[in-house]
Amino acid sequence: MDKIPILKIGHFLMVAIQVDLYDRLALNLEADLVQAVSKTSAKGVLIDISAVSIVDSFMGRILGNIAGMSKVLDADTVIVGMQPAVAITLVELGLPLKGVQTALNVEKGMELLQKKIKIVDEEAFDDDSTLQ
Amino acid sequence: MMIVLSSDTVRIVKELDMVVFRNRLKEFAVKIGMGLVNQTKLITAASELSRNMLRYAGGGVVLIEIINGQRQNGLRVTFTDTGPGIPDIKEAMKDGFSTGKSLGLGLPGAKRLVSDFEIKSTVGKGTTITITKWKNG
Ligand SMILES: Nc1ncnc2c1ncn2[C@@H]1O[C@H](COP(=O)(O)OP(=O)(O)OP(=O)(O)O)[C@@H](O)[C@H]1O
Ligand SMILES: [Mg+2]
Repeated sequence: MDKIPILKIGHFLMVAIQVDLYDRLALNLEADLVQAVSKTSAKGVLIDISAVSIVDSFMGRILGNIAGMSKVLDADTVIVGMQPAVAITLVELGLPLKGVQTALNVEKGMELLQKKIKIVDEEAFDDDSTLQ
Repeated sequence: MMIVLSSDTVRIVKELDMVVFRNRLKEFAVKIGMGLVNQTKLITAASELSRNMLRYAGGGVVLIEIINGQRQNGLRVTFTDTGPGIPDIKEAMKDGFSTGKSLGLGLPGAKRLVSDFEIKSTVGKGTTITITKWKNG
């Protein structure tokens, strides 16, 4: 059975989807990623879909699920590299990927996630200082 | 007048067949020089319809045709299954209608993505859906 590798980079998990996704493979990715977030306490998940030429309602829903479940586990999800034709098609299909953040490329996506954990760190620091 | 220039059929009985079918459709779209956005819309619509066929009718057959009409080439894709049929097509075509606890986006979304959408269904006999996407349409 095919598997999509999940890389750990610092506080983040990264996945680059390089193959044609069929439904079972997408479902496995969802399960594996959520499990990896929980196991590693990752603070962010970055999914590179620049090589993906078709996102239909099933795949779109999986991306939404990953973001939703990761959020519960305190990790932000960023989808990077969505091809313009895919973005246009998703809107017309009627699936606007609510609650899923997007960025142009891996670099921008990483910046976005990094900013997020910085803000969280600072807030935590503020809380500490008011306690003392 | 409409002329069929070339055609192919793909059977869909398991998930992996959907991948084969999408790739085949892509080849046809490239062959007639369809632009990337129209290609993406057509293949996405076709992906929805092939999944419906698999999920609700246990599979079926897809006919892909290159057609010429309206002074341009296009692709006509016909999905035929011998599943349970759709009792109320008007309901099924509404955004949000699903008997599969899903989003109910497939049929109405596919219709929005193509130039022409025709659906015929008989309860107990099966469903046939034909979509057409013109090269520049
Ligand atoms: N080939 C088919 N045979 C029998 N019933 C079908 C077929 N295609 C669609 N249907 C019926 O029409 C309903 C609407 O289909 P549609 O694709 O719009 O939504 P869905 O498949 O339920 O959800 P989504 O596509 O968003 O995952 C389905 O729930 C199903 O009851
Ligand atoms: Mg559907």
